[in-house]
Amino acid sequence: MPATDTCAECGEGGEHPERISRRRALSRVSMALGAVSAALVAWPVVGFLFAPLARRVQGTWRTVGRVSAFPPGATVQVSFTDPTPLPWAGQTAATASWLRHEANGDFIAFSVNCTHLGCPVRWEQGAQLFMCPCHGGVYYADGSPASGPPLRALTRYPVRVVGGQVQIWTGPLPIG
Amino acid sequence: MKRIWRWLDDRTGLITTIGRIARHLVPPRTGWRYVLGSATLVAFLIQVGTGIALATVYVPSTQNAYDSIDFISHGATLGHLLRGMHYFGASAMMILIGLHLLRVFLTASYKYPREANWLTGVGLLGLVVVMAFTGQLLRWDQNAVWSAVVAAEQAGQVPWIGAALAHFILGGDRLGGATLTRFFAFHVFFIPALIFLFIGVHVYLVLRNGISEPPEVLPMIDPQSYRARYADLLAARGRPFWPDVAWRDAVAAFIVVCAVVALAHWAGPPDVGKPPNPSLINASPRPDWYFLWYFAVLAKLPKHVEQPWFIVLAPLVAAIVLIALPFVFPAGERRLTRRPWAVIVAAGLLFVVGYFWWLGERAPWSPVFNAPALAVQGAQRADTLQVTGARLFHDKGCEYCHAIAGQGGHHGPDLTGVAARLDSAQIASRILGGASDMPAYVGKFTPEELAALIVYLRREHATTGKPAP
Repeated sequence: MPATDTCAECGEGGEHPERISRRRALSRVSMALGAVSAALVAWPVVGFLFAPLARRVQGTWRTVGRVSAFPPGATVQVSFTDPTPLPWAGQTAATASWLRHEANGDFIAFSVNCTHLGCPVRWEQGAQLFMCPCHGGVYYADGSPASGPPLRALTRYPVRVVGGQVQIWTGPLPIG
Repeated sequence: MKRIWRWLDDRTGLITTIGRIARHLVPPRTGWRYVLGSATLVAFLIQVGTGIALATVYVPSTQNAYDSIDFISHGATLGHLLRGMHYFGASAMMILIGLHLLRVFLTASYKYPREANWLTGVGLLGLVVVMAFTGQLLRWDQNAVWSAVVAAEQAGQVPWIGAALAHFILGGDRLGGATLTRFFAFHVFFIPALIFLFIGVHVYLVLRNGISEPPEVLPMIDPQSYRARYADLLAARGRPFWPDVAWRDAVAAFIVVCAVVALAHWAGPPDVGKPPNPSLINASPRPDWYFLWYFAVLAKLPKHVEQPWFIVLAPLVAAIVLIALPFVFPAGERRLTRRPWAVIVAAGLLFVVGYFWWLGERAPWSPVFNAPALAVQGAQRADTLQVTGARLFHDKGCEYCHAIAGQGGHHGPDLTGVAARLDSAQIASRILGGASDMPAYVGKFTPEELAALIVYLRREHATTGKPAP
């Protein structure tokens, strides 16, 4: 295009208005095409990254032992497998719960996660307390907070007895 | 050789361009305090090199990561050294980026026209912190597993979007096979890509706006005249960066590399902990040293402070303060002697963080689960009540939180000589009823046991040499 292209209706810089509007249209089309292309690539990427938010793990009952294995009045740790472990999860699929067999025969299953920030609480048989190793949270035998930072009781999982076997409902990690 | 060199420069222009950039003029009297940024970059390059090498062997699956780290540490040729370098390189990066930020703050180099330099630096600081955290998790031992849970629980406390954030971090609504690959992808692809981008812009801005002159040279910033005065300064007293100034950066880089290699060789990488099995709950999760102060803050947060809001607001306020700084103070005085508040704020922050670091290292709030049984000495062994009391003090967990004669925890008061403060009835009431930060032990002792424990606690007073009231 000759730079000397001048005319009566030419604006600043001597450009013909038609050419200006053509340039403006071209830059708009190019940017729009770029944006659409980027969005086309981005949505599966972002969707894939955020998919876990929409996916809900189906909880399941896990058998942890015969009723007779848990003496009344005792609180013991039971281990079982995640509801839906991925094939490569390995030992990370294992999880645990504190199972308390009440004197009246009822079972209570506590999450091992401290309600402060999720560290694993330990049952101290002598003290009859749950204690957290991270920030010193302490809970009574019924899971209610006794001292330290926790404000909420230990989360309980549903428990049932089927055919003399104790089963714990294992679902999502208790959050918040 | 020279011909190849000339050909390369003729066809690419790179040698001339790089040479011109390297010899750009810098203000006088920059000195050693200006090497911290390039030293941070050196630490980052160590991380890139060692990280790529480690990634050739590391297996980012929850089933194999632990074993692959173990192999890198103990089986692979040079693996021990490489892991050590990656660990100490990370530490060096955290320290150096912190010092660099402190230097820029103290010399007020964030003021006009270098606000964008500061902002990209703040972005880099955030990215480095994310790298430090995700890197610690890739060790995928017991500590890493629980750190992932703690991270998710912290995120989970954020009002409204907490659960979604936690699930985003874990890659689902539980810890599992998807968690580690997420941290891996962020640690080796996403965040490093952003760091490269930010470093590129940061260095470009340093070249475009020029390195800030020491405050003594041009003490006052006036946006109207600054650029002209800076240009005059360079014309009159500027020196080429290469090699007049760059030699100090080379010395600093050499020291950083030597320190990282030496520490990696002699101190070695951190031990890999117990296996990543969430059903092994005898764990005492601790963050790496750079987050230990925050770990302490969360332990000491007063109960009336709403933790969910603190977890969101504290980092948010920190980010807003850092971002707002160059816009609130864009001009004016740069000399430290005329900016007493800058000194007070910096010293105060260092003191507070240092104090929490020291606290986090000691973690006095954590129960001492492995406190040894207390022994009753000498003739008092014949006193069965005392022997029983000493045993109960240990077995009932009192000793986890209270020390006697130097043994036990530090969550509660030291009970050596408690009888000087409390009589038997008061001790009994405190034990049974508990206190604001102590569980009530009612129902956990028979009357005989309680009596024995009190006899022991009061006997303990006798050893301090003061008469019991």
